[in-house]
Amino acid sequence: MARITLDLAHAYRPNPQQDSDYALLPLKMEFADGGAYALLGPSGCGKTTMLNIMSGLLVPSTGTVLFDGRDVTRATPQERNIAQVFQFPVIYDTMTVAENLAFPLRNRKVPQAQIDKRVGEIAEMLEMSGQLNQRAANLAADAKQKISLGRGLVRPDVSAVLFDEPLTVIDPHLKWQLRRKLKQIHRELKLTLIYVTHDQVEALTFAEQVVVMTRGRAVQVGSADALFERPSHTFVGNFIGSPGMNFLQAKVSDGALLVADLRLPLLRALPDGELKLGVRPEYVRLAQPQDTGALPCLVTKLQDVGTHVMLTATVLGQAVKAKLATDAALPAIGDIAWLQVLGTHTCFYKNEEIVA
Amino acid sequence: MSMTTKPVNQKAWFLILPVLICVAFSAIVPLMTVVNYSVQDIISPERRVFVGTEWFVAVMRDEELHAALLRQLTFSLSVLAVELPLGILLALSMPADGWKASVVLVIVSLSLLIPWNVVGTIWQIFGRSDIGLLGATLQWLGIDYSYTGNAAHAWLTVLVMDVWHWTPLVALLGYAGLRSIPDAYYQAARIDGASKFAVFRYIQLPKMRGVLMIGVLLRFMDSFMIYTEPFVLTGGGPGNATTFLSQFLTQKAVGQFDLGPAAAFSLIYFLIILLLCFILYNWMQRVGTQEKEGGQ
Amino acid sequence: MSKPKFQKRTIFLFAYIVFALVPIYWMVNMSFKTNQEIVASFSLFPQHFTWDNYHTILTDPSWYSGYINSLIYVSMNMVITLTVSLPAAYAFSRYSFLGDKHVFFWLLTNRMTPPAVFLLPFFQLYTTVGLMDTHLAVALAHLLFSVPLAVWILEGFMSGIPREIDETAYIDGYTFPRFFLTIFLPLIKAGVGVAAFFCFMFSWVELLLARTLTSVNAKPIVATMTRTVSASGMDWATLAAAGVLTIVPGAIVIWFVRNYIAKGFAMGRV
Repeated sequence: MARITLDLAHAYRPNPQQDSDYALLPLKMEFADGGAYALLGPSGCGKTTMLNIMSGLLVPSTGTVLFDGRDVTRATPQERNIAQVFQFPVIYDTMTVAENLAFPLRNRKVPQAQIDKRVGEIAEMLEMSGQLNQRAANLAADAKQKISLGRGLVRPDVSAVLFDEPLTVIDPHLKWQLRRKLKQIHRELKLTLIYVTHDQVEALTFAEQVVVMTRGRAVQVGSADALFERPSHTFVGNFIGSPGMNFLQAKVSDGALLVADLRLPLLRALPDGELKLGVRPEYVRLAQPQDTGALPCLVTKLQDVGTHVMLTATVLGQAVKAKLATDAALPAIGDIAWLQVLGTHTCFYKNEEIVA
Repeated sequence: MSMTTKPVNQKAWFLILPVLICVAFSAIVPLMTVVNYSVQDIISPERRVFVGTEWFVAVMRDEELHAALLRQLTFSLSVLAVELPLGILLALSMPADGWKASVVLVIVSLSLLIPWNVVGTIWQIFGRSDIGLLGATLQWLGIDYSYTGNAAHAWLTVLVMDVWHWTPLVALLGYAGLRSIPDAYYQAARIDGASKFAVFRYIQLPKMRGVLMIGVLLRFMDSFMIYTEPFVLTGGGPGNATTFLSQFLTQKAVGQFDLGPAAAFSLIYFLIILLLCFILYNWMQRVGTQEKEGGQ
Repeated sequence: MSKPKFQKRTIFLFAYIVFALVPIYWMVNMSFKTNQEIVASFSLFPQHFTWDNYHTILTDPSWYSGYINSLIYVSMNMVITLTVSLPAAYAFSRYSFLGDKHVFFWLLTNRMTPPAVFLLPFFQLYTTVGLMDTHLAVALAHLLFSVPLAVWILEGFMSGIPREIDETAYIDGYTFPRFFLTIFLPLIKAGVGVAAFFCFMFSWVELLLARTLTSVNAKPIVATMTRTVSASGMDWATLAAAGVLTIVPGAIVIWFVRNYIAKGFAMGRV
C-alpha cells in the first residue's frame, strides 16, 4: 500500500520542441494510499505510458516517481513491489492455478507453509478455491485474468496494483462480475489501485477519482460527480457523458452575453471575448417562448429511447441535444422549440478551459 | 488441417486431381516398380524369377546392412544431440527486430540454401591440410588431422558439417516460436521476480516446444536420409566408416546392380521413415489444435 | 525487453556467425586465387587477386549452362507446383471430403521419401517416357517433395482466411476462378511467397535426382561441379568460384522473403 507521487514528463526524443514530441506533457500528480483511481482517455492519450512509468517498465525522460516519499524513478517493478494486470491474461501455461499464484512467493524464497496459506486466502477471495489444482492453460479468459490478478495480490506487501485495460478480452456479461470483484477486493485489502481504460462506464463505476487524459495531458482529476457537473476542460465535457456536453459559441461584450445572436442575461461574472457555453443534455429544458436564457431551436430529430427522449435541434447551425422525460410535452420535428440553456449547471469555457 | 467443421463436398476431389496425378507420377509408379523388383530375382533383363519374401529376409540378415544401420543411427542421434541445444541457444540469441534481425536472419539461413554438394565441397576444401583453413590450422596446432585417412576424424568432420548445415533449421523454428510470445509475458515475469532461467523454463521453452518437436522429427528423418554431403566430403570412407544408409542403398542398387535386395531394402527404409512421419503428422495436428484453442 | 547486453548471448551469436561464415569466406577467398597460388602458398587473402575463375565460368558454356539449366528446372518446378497446389490446398482448407485426412497424410509421406529409394525407378520411368536428360524430367521428379510441401504451407495460410470472405464473394456473384484470382490470392500472397521460397530451396539444392536424370542437355550446375578434375590436377579455383555462384541465388531469395520466413516456420510446415 503506497502513496504514489508523480512529477515528470516523458518525451519521445531527447530534445522535445513542441507538444507533439511528448508522450506525457509535464505533470504533477498524487495518488493517495489505498485509493482507487482510473486513467481514462482515448487511444494514444498516454495513459498506458503513465501506467508503465508507475510500474517501472518505463523510465520517464525527465522527472521523478516517488513511492511513499521514496524515489523509485529508476527502480525495477520488482523493487517497487507493484503488481500489474495486462490486457490479456498472462499466466504460466505449464503450471496449475495454485502454482501460478505461488510463483511470486517462491521466487522470494518464502517458506512453503506460508505460501500455501497465502495462496489459499487469495484463491478464496477470488472464488477459485475449487480450481487450485487445475492446469491454468485450460481455463476461460476471465478465470485466467483472475489468476493474473491473484498473482499480484498474493504478495502481502504489494504497494499498488496497476490494471491496463484488463477487461478487454472478457465476455461482456462477465465484465460486471469482475468489476464487482475488484471493488470488493479494494474494500477488503485497501490497496492502491490504478486502472487504465478508454471506457468511461468502467472508469466511473470503478474509481473514486478519475484522471481524464488526452494527447499526453492529464486534463482533469476528480470524482465522477465533479467530472460530470463541472468539467474543467471541453474535452472532459465531451468525453464524459453519453452523449457529451453541448457546446455553443458565445461572446461577452459590453456587459452582455451573446449566444446565437440572442442577448442573454449575464448571471455571473464572465471575462470578455469569445467563449464557449457548455451545458449537458440532461440539463437542457423545454421553455416558453422568449423565456430568459432560452434559445429558439429548430427540432431535427426525436428519439424515444425508452427511459427518455433524445431531442436534437439546431440553432444557427449549431447542434443542441436535450434529454427530456418521456411524458413531457414534446414538440414535433420541424417545430421551433425554445430550449433553456442557462442554469446552475451551465459552464463557460475560454480557450477550452473552464472560466465559470 | 483445420479442426473446425467444414462443409462436406465431394466435388473437392476435382481440385485435388492435378496434385494427385503429379504425385502419382512421381511417387506411386516408381514405388510400384520398387515393390515389383523387391519380390523378384532379376538374373538378366529377360529372366526374372518370383522369389517372394526371400530378398526381405536376406536383407534383414545382411551384416553389412546392420553395420550401416548402426552407423546411421549413431549419426542421426549425435546430430540431434548437438543441433537441438545449439539451435535453441541460437534462437534465443538472435535479435527480435530491427535491421539487425534481418541481417542475422539472412546470415543464419544462408547455409540452408546452399546446394548440398557445394556444402560437401566447402568442407572438403576447408578440411584439407594443404589448402583448407581448418586443416591447415589444425596442422599448425600439431594435430595430425585427416578426414580421408582417419575414421574418427572423418566422423567428426561429417558431424560438424551437418551441424553447420542444418542447425539454422532448428534455430529458425525456435526463433519463430519465440517471436510469438507477447512482451507482456516478459513484463509479468519481471514483476513476479522470475530469474532468467525461470523465464526460459516457464515462458520461452513451452512456447517453443511445439515447433521444436517438429524440428526434432524433421532433423531425425532428414539425417536418416542423408546422402550428398557425406558422399562429396568423404565418399563414405575411409573404408565404409561414413557410409550411411542412403549411400549403402545406392551402392547396392547402382553400383552392384543387385536390384532385388536393393529394392527390398528400399521398402524397409521407406517404411521406417513412414513410421516416423506418422508420428510427426500426429504431433503437428496436436500442436495446430493447441495453438488455435489455448494460445494467447 | 531489450536492455543493452554485452552478455553471453551476444558473444555466442557472434561466435556462431563467425562459425557460419568462415567456411563460406574460405571458398570465396579461394575463388579469387589462381590454381597455382592455391597449391603453392597459403594465405587468408588472395595475394594476386584475380577474376579469372569467374570469367571462365561466365564465358565457358559448359559451366554457365549448368546454372541456366538449374534455374530452368527450378523455375519450372516452382510454376508447376504452385499451379497444381493452390487448388488442392484450397480444397483441403475449405472442404471436408472422403479420405481427405488420408490423402493429406499420404502427401506428407512423399516429402519424406529417401530419394535414393526412387533412383532406379525414376531412371527407368523417365527413360521409358522419353524424358531423360530434359529439364522437365527434373522438374517433374522434384514435384515429389515440392508439391506436398506447397500444399501443406498453402493450406496453413489459407486456413487463416475466414470462410466468410469466400461466401461474401459468392453472394456478390463472383465465379470461383475470378474470386480465386482477384480476391483470394492477394490475401495469401505471403503464403505463396513462403511456398515458392521452399520450393526453390529444395529444388535448387537437390543433387541425387538432378544428376541421375540428366546427362548433357539439362545438366545442372550441381552435376557440372563434380567434374573438375583435369590433367593438371584438381581445378580448385574454378570449383570454388562455381560454388560461390551457387550461393548467390539463394542469398537473393532469402533477402526477399526474409519477413515471411519467420511466419512460414512458425507454422512448423517445413
